[in-house]
Amino acid sequence: MYSTNGNNIPRIGFYICHCGHNIASIVDVVEVQKYAATLPGVTVSRDYKYMCSDPGQELIQQDIKEHNLNRIVVASCSPLLHEHTFRLAAEKAGLNPYYFHMVNVRENVSWVHDNKEQATEKAKDLARAAIKRVFFHKPLEKKTVQIKPDVLIVGGGIAGIHSALTIANAGKHVYLVEREPTIGGHMAMFDKTFPTLDCAACILTPKMSAVKSHPNITLWTYSEVEKIDGFVGNYKATIKRKPRYVNEELCVGCLDCIEACIYKEAKYPDEFNLGLSKRKPIYIPFPQATPQVVLFDPETCIDFKSHRCKKTCIEACERNAIDLKQTAKFEEIEVGTVIISTGFKTYDPKLSPQYGYGKLPNVYTSLEIERLVNASGPTAGEVVTRDGKKPESVGIIHCVGSRDEKSNKWCSRVCCMYSLKLAHLIKEHTGAEVYNFYIDMRTPGKGYEEFYDKFMNEGVHFIRGRVAEVTDWALVPEEENKLTIRVEDTLIGVVRRIPVDMVVLSVGLEPREDASEIRRMFNISCSSEGFFLERHPKLAPVNTFTDGIFIAGACQGPKDIPDTVAQAGAAAEALSLISAGKIELEPNTAQVIEKYCSGCKSCIPLCPYTAISFKEDIKKAYINEALCKGCGTCVAACPSGSITQNMFEDEQIFSEIEGLLKFAGIELEEKEVEHA
Amino acid sequence: MRYLYYPGCSLKCTGRSYEESLLAVLKALKIDFVELNDWNCCGATAYMAVDESKAFAIASRNLALAEEQFKNEKEIHIIAPCSACYMVLLKTQNYLAHNAGEMKKIQSALKESGLSYEGKVKIRHPLDVLVNDFGLKEITKAVKHHLKGIKVASYYGCQTVRPLATFDDAREPVSMDELVRAIGAEPVDWPLKTRCCGASLTGIIEQVGLPLSYIILHEAAKRRADVVITACPLCQFNLECYQTEINKNYQNDLRIGVIYFSQLLGLALGISPKELGMQRLFVKPEGVYKAVKGGETVYV
Ligand SMILES: Cc1cc2nc3c(=O)[nH]c(=O)nc-3n(C[C@H](O)[C@H](O)[C@H](O)COP(=O)(O)OP(=O)(O)OC[C@H]3O[C@@H](n4cnc5c(N)ncnc54)[C@H](O)[C@@H]3O)c2cc1C
Repeated sequence: MYSTNGNNIPRIGFYICHCGHNIASIVDVVEVQKYAATLPGVTVSRDYKYMCSDPGQELIQQDIKEHNLNRIVVASCSPLLHEHTFRLAAEKAGLNPYYFHMVNVRENVSWVHDNKEQATEKAKDLARAAIKRVFFHKPLEKKTVQIKPDVLIVGGGIAGIHSALTIANAGKHVYLVEREPTIGGHMAMFDKTFPTLDCAACILTPKMSAVKSHPNITLWTYSEVEKIDGFVGNYKATIKRKPRYVNEELCVGCLDCIEACIYKEAKYPDEFNLGLSKRKPIYIPFPQATPQVVLFDPETCIDFKSHRCKKTCIEACERNAIDLKQTAKFEEIEVGTVIISTGFKTYDPKLSPQYGYGKLPNVYTSLEIERLVNASGPTAGEVVTRDGKKPESVGIIHCVGSRDEKSNKWCSRVCCMYSLKLAHLIKEHTGAEVYNFYIDMRTPGKGYEEFYDKFMNEGVHFIRGRVAEVTDWALVPEEENKLTIRVEDTLIGVVRRIPVDMVVLSVGLEPREDASEIRRMFNISCSSEGFFLERHPKLAPVNTFTDGIFIAGACQGPKDIPDTVAQAGAAAEALSLISAGKIELEPNTAQVIEKYCSGCKSCIPLCPYTAISFKEDIKKAYINEALCKGCGTCVAACPSGSITQNMFEDEQIFSEIEGLLKFAGIELEEKEVEHA
Repeated sequence: MRYLYYPGCSLKCTGRSYEESLLAVLKALKIDFVELNDWNCCGATAYMAVDESKAFAIASRNLALAEEQFKNEKEIHIIAPCSACYMVLLKTQNYLAHNAGEMKKIQSALKESGLSYEGKVKIRHPLDVLVNDFGLKEITKAVKHHLKGIKVASYYGCQTVRPLATFDDAREPVSMDELVRAIGAEPVDWPLKTRCCGASLTGIIEQVGLPLSYIILHEAAKRRADVVITACPLCQFNLECYQTEINKNYQNDLRIGVIYFSQLLGLALGISPKELGMQRLFVKPEGVYKAVKGGETVYV
């Protein structure tokens, strides 16, 4: 138990920090210190150069012991920075840490004012408010919850794969849930990767099969999270496994069934190749798909439509793996932490009609070209236009759906680099003249500028300007039967028309369509453009505002593979929680005073963390303190005033306001403070 | 609903047949309208370049008049068919809405003539009114002659949908194509819908203006359009009246009808070419006439 140091009559220690010159140059800290010493309840008042330093903390601890202090107020920087530090210091000296309160005289005073006198007055007011407030502080206990060791990872792109392997290698169990029939994400579609031009498959597929065979990883592809509830350390999730109509345990990926399908020719657009080739109703996304299991598309399989197929596929399967009656399966799991790595989608260039995508057949997206240059792609790596010709000239248009007021304002970060890569690969495969149309070349990263340099010397053309349009109308005979790119070349200040055979649109990266559903399901936030929001852009880049839920990879914002893999360090955050085994929860939670609760339920839908439920037996609201984040919404909304929140009780807030009002010239009667 | 109609200067002179055909169409479709009392020139694009404040004052007088004339109506919608008028009015409204200083100046100028402007008036293009208020289904129902087999190049010019119109996409507008389809004709797929025709340059520096018109006509002909339809008096003038000049310059024999979209729509609705002002055309759209069979159509 923490002591209150004997009695409940406040004996307050007040400390104001110089923060070097940060505070002391604008606020007369000595004056504030002297002023505080005159206020009721203040036993010790000091100023010190760096309160957060070890000697600063020791000063507090010594005073607590020597002067029997039972309340501490520190006026320094933002509580976000050092509240924890000072609470810990108080706790070490045996005081309940919630008897401590912090005043921000740096961000709120010295950094934003330049009049020394007024700034000093403001600091005094804030100090007085805090000193009044701590009279009513109460000792609080932190709650601890246990962390279940299993981890759920949603999305099996390179981010999910890397996180899964890291955690599994550390000996913890992972459930990896991937929506598509195979893991691999976007990376599995590429032939080579910048900046090293190493073969994507060579570096990715070994990791994919490691995931499949790892004893600590349960891989569920063609699956989605249906539901999740609980709180940090204790989540319960339901996973829906969509039917493949093939028994995953029996299928060995021999592909005999595909051969035997009564459709001799593949007729349906192949999703993995973005419709650039055809597949049969029974198919496998690509040769190295993981798991190596085929699946049926009930939309196109005759048997699903008419039940009158000869089912040659079933006959061909020696292992009797095909099960046309299979239905969706639901798995219930319990995990302590979750990593969301659902990646991105590419911009739909039909929304920029000036580039003719979808109308002019030889306008492609960059992702389609990734498939065309790929040795295992629809043309076995041969780059040909839709009319089967080898292009003699190719234009690559940057920033389609990026850095554009009309579509997306952000830079997608990878397009300059992948455009360089594609320029090189197209040139290598066809010998064509390649033109890059760019606004600015953005190639920061290790070895990236060198990569750019290399291709400039390779003879790729670079034209600076945002392309106005891609059109098939010819002004001069050389443009007949070509696509003409119209652009203002801003380096030489003229409008140019460049006829080419093939146009590649370097489409930007966007949040997935269902990002906002995922956000709601997992109770995390999105930034304005729709990518998942990290807790802190620098210091907590993979944490979210919900404890135990982490984000990794391009679902947090556009990223290349090196950065994505670095972010898969979300795994480390999950592991550190797991190895701690338990987590302490801040006690700034809200409680229902059952005696007063009328059971109106108005608080329940307001809670952003779904922490409030309704106890049917007694018809009262109930707040799960493990889920409550102390936002205060329900406290303010309760019509009968029957919800209170630790550290924000009415008398604490009112006395703080009283302290401030004195400044406004409203001298309140000095009430006899009840030392409760 | 009743609309206010703001003709602008062009529709009273060079663009007379635009007014004749548009009003005939509005009447045929029983769209209620009344002309704006005492309107003045919108200032056109030239004035903007010389003195913005005066240009905004001139244009806003029309908006103030509209609010005055329709002060008892629930909503004030003003139809501005000329694309320059449409753009200038939109630009004025938009500028004043975002620029309090200028607005104050303009208000005091308007006050001199006993007017005031609140920004309530909605500036509408007739295409917008026909396609979105009246509706394509209703138009199809009213059609008397389906213009089967006619290929139409929809040409907006640079100002109709740019930069402030909200009823259509500025880069790939489709409302005219939809209208063309609604009357049974076939829109040609072509990329020059919003390319400049040369505008006033054709009259001043012919060697700059003519090639721009040529590009448009040449591409329309190449894509086998029977007729080009437009929503701008200046575009219509440039593209039609200079065809002989263009042919001389480019050793060509282009001859393609350039008419207002309201004329094409009028023909489909069974209105006589004369009522639509088509006797004023230099290049008769023969293909279109041929497609209009029977009915009361009188050929000119
Ligand atoms: C054309 C192009 C070329 C590129 N070339 C390169 C390059 O050469 N080098 C480089 O470093 N970077 C390159 N990049 C960037 C690279 O693609 C990304 O850095 C990388 O794919 C990000 O990986 P990820 O795992 O975060 O996302 P993704 O690859 O998008 O993977 C996300 C996975 O999550 C799954 N998923 C999504 N939603 C759900 C859900 N709700 N439930 C379950 N599963 C879900 C998806 O099916 C997918 O498998 C390129 C990008 C593009 C567009």
